[in-house]
Amino acid sequence: MKFGIPVYPGSNCDRDVGWVVEKVLGHEAVYLWHGERDLKGVDCVIVPGGFSYGDYLRPGAMAKLSPVTEAICEFAERGGLVMGICNGFQILLETGLLPGAMLPNKTLSFICKFVHLRIENDQTPFTSLYRKGEVVRIPIAHAEGNYTCPPETLKEIEENGQVVLRYSSPSGEVSEEFNPNGSLNNIAGICNRRGNVFGLMPHPERASEAILGSTDGLKMFQSIVEGVVRA
Amino acid sequence: MATYLVKVFISYRKGVLDPQGVAVEKAAHQLGFTKVRNVRVGKYVTMEIEADSPEEVKREIEEMAKKFLVNPVIEEYTYEIEEVKR
Repeated sequence: MKFGIPVYPGSNCDRDVGWVVEKVLGHEAVYLWHGERDLKGVDCVIVPGGFSYGDYLRPGAMAKLSPVTEAICEFAERGGLVMGICNGFQILLETGLLPGAMLPNKTLSFICKFVHLRIENDQTPFTSLYRKGEVVRIPIAHAEGNYTCPPETLKEIEENGQVVLRYSSPSGEVSEEFNPNGSLNNIAGICNRRGNVFGLMPHPERASEAILGSTDGLKMFQSIVEGVVRA
Repeated sequence: MATYLVKVFISYRKGVLDPQGVAVEKAAHQLGFTKVRNVRVGKYVTMEIEADSPEEVKREIEEMAKKFLVNPVIEEYTYEIEEVKR
């Protein structure tokens, strides 16, 4: 299958995602320049991490205005699969494809470390190969991953099962102690109501080969492939 | 056509925790400014806009705020407009 990876000025995880798609999964990756609107017939878009447009104004605020982002929004509205990782998640929040916003980490520092995550929803196209309640170990690397949203939105996404990943202990306990950035309800990843758009702060592409210390992120990409190939 | 200077003040909405504000408040207390409360850290943006009237500037700035300058989920804003006399 064909994965599209948009590249903004300041993206820095685009090649890492491309590497996983091509070298680890054996599928095709095409890079989509931020100034272009053509998604080149891809089956899935993965918006990579980095610091698009230097994170000026707010992370993702500039990138949401790029022609490629407009095309991605239209693709998502038609039901296309879109996953945003880290800065990619922040961009999807800014576009409104996903609800909520990011605040600076409660620690006010850039946090770069492995964390544990509990899979809360295994019915999405991005997590179908995991089991609900399973705990995975994937790194985070961000300064603004403190997820927030209005109380009524929080209630809605919780009730609809849109919270896909939560920061947890290695055994799956979710509490403030295992919340690295102050995120509401330990939220690390959410999807839209329809389930075709998914955003997460952790970097699964950095946990897809044993040499990197974890392969727990690989099943996210494999879930996408499984869904697309089967369909 | 006149030139207007616009000053936009962006801050987190009431009820949204501002981690920077909390840190600044703690530092103020440590320095002995113990009466300081509710510190909020925001952004200050200035720009010049060419327009026929302050009303037109107002429309421009509110449209810009809606499109990208402000994220309404977490932020609110106020602005001031003054004509630039050269």
